[in-house]
Order: sequence, then structure tokens, then C-alpha cells
Amino acid sequence: MSLEALYQQIILDHNKRKVGYGLGEGGTPSHQYNPTCGDELNLTVRLDDSKSVITGFEWEGKGCSISQASASLLSQEAAGMTIPEFTEFAEGFREAMRSRGAIALDEEEFGDLAALSGVSKFVARVKCAMLAWVAAEDSLARAQDSLD
Amino acid sequence: MTNPVQDAYPVNDVRGLFPQLAVPVNGMPLVYLDSAATSLKFGIGLRKELDFASHEMAAVNRGAHTLAAEATEKFDEARATVARFVGARPANIVWTSNATDGINMVANGFRISSLGRTATDGRFRLAEGDEIVVTEAEHHANLIPWQELARATGAVLRVAAVTDGGVLTVDAVRAVVSDRTRVVAFTHVSNVLGIVNPVTEITALAHSVGAIVVLDACQSAPHIPLNLAELGVDFAVFSAHKMYGPTGIGALYGRDEALAEMPPVLFGGSMITYVDYERAEYLPAPAKFEPGTPRLTQAIGWAAALDIMSAIGREAIAAHEEALGSALYDLVEPLPGVRILGAKHGVDRVGLVSVAVDGVHPHDVGQFLDSKGIAVRVGYHCAQPLHRRLGVDSSTRMSVGMHTTLAEIEFAVDVLSGVRRYFGEA
Repeated sequence: MSLEALYQQIILDHNKRKVGYGLGEGGTPSHQYNPTCGDELNLTVRLDDSKSVITGFEWEGKGCSISQASASLLSQEAAGMTIPEFTEFAEGFREAMRSRGAIALDEEEFGDLAALSGVSKFVARVKCAMLAWVAAEDSLARAQDSLD
Repeated sequence: MTNPVQDAYPVNDVRGLFPQLAVPVNGMPLVYLDSAATSLKFGIGLRKELDFASHEMAAVNRGAHTLAAEATEKFDEARATVARFVGARPANIVWTSNATDGINMVANGFRISSLGRTATDGRFRLAEGDEIVVTEAEHHANLIPWQELARATGAVLRVAAVTDGGVLTVDAVRAVVSDRTRVVAFTHVSNVLGIVNPVTEITALAHSVGAIVVLDACQSAPHIPLNLAELGVDFAVFSAHKMYGPTGIGALYGRDEALAEMPPVLFGGSMITYVDYERAEYLPAPAKFEPGTPRLTQAIGWAAALDIMSAIGREAIAAHEEALGSALYDLVEPLPGVRILGAKHGVDRVGLVSVAVDGVHPHDVGQFLDSKGIAVRVGYHCAQPLHRRLGVDSSTRMSVGMHTTLAEIEFAVDVLSGVRRYFGEA
């Protein structure tokens, strides 16, 4: 498979200029670790006062360009979503990533994240792309738990 | 660049022995630089396995029928072949699943001799405060079994330091060896650095305090002519799949006294002389360590692979690979933003170079190389602590095999030199 199928320019750009990079105080940060490559990511979801809308994502970590770009693009595209909107969004992203190239991410719905569509053909790299999303879901779940 | 070795070494004939090399990757000829993870397989070896399983299969070491007798003979020959290859006698070779299995068996020998009602006196007994020595350069397989043994017995794990260049000196081992040292476990060749450690000196040091020496020979056995009896170690482990042989089989070498003293660690049929409802008596080594039906086809396939290596010539293979490794190091060293892990000068090396590329994650480096058909290993190569010690999270490893050519090395380094530009780092 060609390199360009995986590394679109948007990915290379987001690997360099990372949206949402830098963790503030507090929140419910989730730590995710990929033991096969040693990549690590800490990410926290920020909610508005009503605790129903995601105002933004903050993250820090180290990893390959796919994992870094995926965290950055997630931060760019999913800020402002309600929790149910994000849940559906994340499910759609995961389904495409696991499709082995069968499902492309729709640009209308996923914006610049569509650049990650090619990852699903590279089975070994899917978990790189998912790292930030697993962290986001975990952070969100714990933010909701802390409301109870 | 001149080609110092390949005129004498029949590399094209050697390449013809590996069917995998005829299969393109991503439309490019395969450049296989991942022999340190697992080697390519000889077509002849694979056919020997198939022939044996197709026409000569029978349970060995039992049964009076013709096939059983012939299979037993072939199986015994395979053990003798493996033994010869490492300078041992057949009685010193115990079949294992792989090298990891062999190290765990020895560690379990200590555990059984040290704990509960199976505890015995002797060199395999560990008491609280006894010491186990490993080094900073170990693969997880030669670290974690000893950590667990220390945890179980109250022994203390002591770690010999390597230099910033990854070099293990005898003095560094001396600094952690004491009269409480019971085991010294270390690798012959680091799977990250490719550096050859001073085995005889470390072994003499360990023996001076009565410690048992366990050598991880995984990365040496495929590449350097090996004489374990001369090295003097008590135990050594190595794996077929890194020696152009099948997966699923390896060997534990033990000196006569070491195998006699170590208790059996797996139990069942084929290892006993007498059994009643209360107890059993065991056969001498190696049988006492080999209960159950053994890995027959794998043993046949492994011996076939070693026969091919011996026919080509161990010294010739080693010289070829050493020249390639040296060229690889010299070509990579001047690349800007590429750091080689491990020193070159003042040490012996096998054909293996691991690098950290500034600003580019090893997964991206590996993917970039893969798009040109070049297979390398990325990550921490089962050596997390060593990477941390050297100040990097992970690395990209290129390792040569007997089939590697200088042209492949030059091509791989040329592609590597373009990685940082592609990812916007240069």
C-alpha cells in the first residue's frame, strides 16, 4: 500500500501543530498506554457548566504521527458536541477504523478527520488512531460518574 | 563503496534458498532486515518438515514398530545436530519451546529447589538475601523470570550497569557480584545494541563466587560460531526460529553437572524410570526435562536448517554478516538527526543497528521503510528498561541475515535518510 494512503498532508500537519496539546489542572484525565509500542497519552474532556456539552479536549502524550494527529483532529472536530453527539461520533469513527478500508470517513460529518480514513487499511496502525478516542471515552465516563 | 565480502561469499546462491525473498512487498522486492526478531526459513528445511510429517511420522522413544524406530533415530540425530552446532554433546541439549521457555525452566528449577517441601540443599537453593545478577541490557525474557524468582524467594535482584554506549564491562558485573551471588544471567549479544559481551570473563567471575551462569544466546547462535563448552557457561538458551528454523522449538543447553543438579520442572510421561501411586523416579537429563510428546517435525526442520548453515560455513556467514553490519553502522552514523544506540569501537558487534530518529516515531520510520519493501523492527524490542537507560522511548532496528546484500544495506540507508524530510523534520 502506498505511503500516501496513510500519511495525508493533514496528518503530517497535525503531528507538528497539535490542537488541544497541553493539560490544565483538574478534570478527569484518562491515561492510555499502548504496550506494543510504548505510546502514552493523557487526555481530559472539558464539559460546560450544564455538564452536557464538550467544550474542549486537553491532552499530552508521545507517540507516532497517527496517534498524535488523531488526538489533535479529535480535539479540533469534536469540541462543542453534546455528549450523545460525541458518543455517536466516536462509534462512527471506531467503525470506520475497524473496517479494513471498507468504510471511509465522510468529510461532511468528520471534517479533517476524514484524512485518517486510510489508517483502516493498515491494521497494525488502527490502535494508534484509537488511542485518543479510548482516552476521550474513558475521561467522559469518569466525568459523568463524578456527577453522580 | 567496495565490496569486501560478497565476491567470496555465494550470497546469490544463499538467497535462492529462501522462498520468502521471491515474494514482493508493496510491489517492491523484499529487503528483510528483521532477522533478529525471526529469521526467514529455508525452503529445503520446510520441505524436510513436510516430508517427515507426511511419510515418517511416529511416536518416538516408545513402540516397537518400524516407523517408531526410524522416527526415534531421526529425532536423536536432530538433537545431535543441534548439539554439534553449539559445541555440545547431545546429553547437554534439552528441547524447549523457545529461549524464553528455557530461561523460565531454569528459574523454575531454582524455585522448586528453594520453596516449600521440595526445597533442597545445593546450588539451586535460594535463601532470603541471596543475590541474582542480571544486566541492564537484558531482553524481558532474561529479566522477568529472575524478578519473579527473587520475589518468590526473597532473593535480591542486582543489575549490572552498561555504559552510555551500551557496553557491559566485566568491572560493571564485578561491582554487583558478591559472595551471596547465586545466579548470573546475561545475554551474549544484546538484541538492541548488537554488542557482543565478554562471556568467558564474566563466567569466570561468576564461578569464582560459586554462582550458576545462564547465557541468553538467542542473538549469537544464528550469527557467530558458538562453542558453549568452551565458553564454560552452566546454561544457555537459543531459539530455532532465529536460526532459519521453525517456530515452536528451542533448546536449553546445560553442563553435565548443572543438568544433573537441576530438578525437573515439568512432569509427565517419558521422563521416568519408576512410578507408583506415591512417587516417581526420573531418567537422567535430558529426558528428565522432557515429559510429553516432543516437537518432532520442528526438531527435524531445525536440524535441516543447521545442516544448511554448516554446509555454507559458519565462519563464512559470520564474516559476511560482520562486514555488512560494519557497513550498516558506517553508513547510518553520518545521517543527521539519526542516533545509533550502542558503541561501535572497542567492541565486537553482530550485524544489527538500532536507531532513534529525531522527531520521528519508530512506527512512522518503520512504515516509511515498509513502503519500499524494507522490513525492520520498531518499538522497544522487549527491552523497555534498556531503552529508558539509553534515554529513548523506542527505536527502529535493522538486523542482517545470511542472505542480506550490501546493495540492500545501501538501499535501506538511502531510504532511511529521507525519513526526516518526509515527516517535516528536515
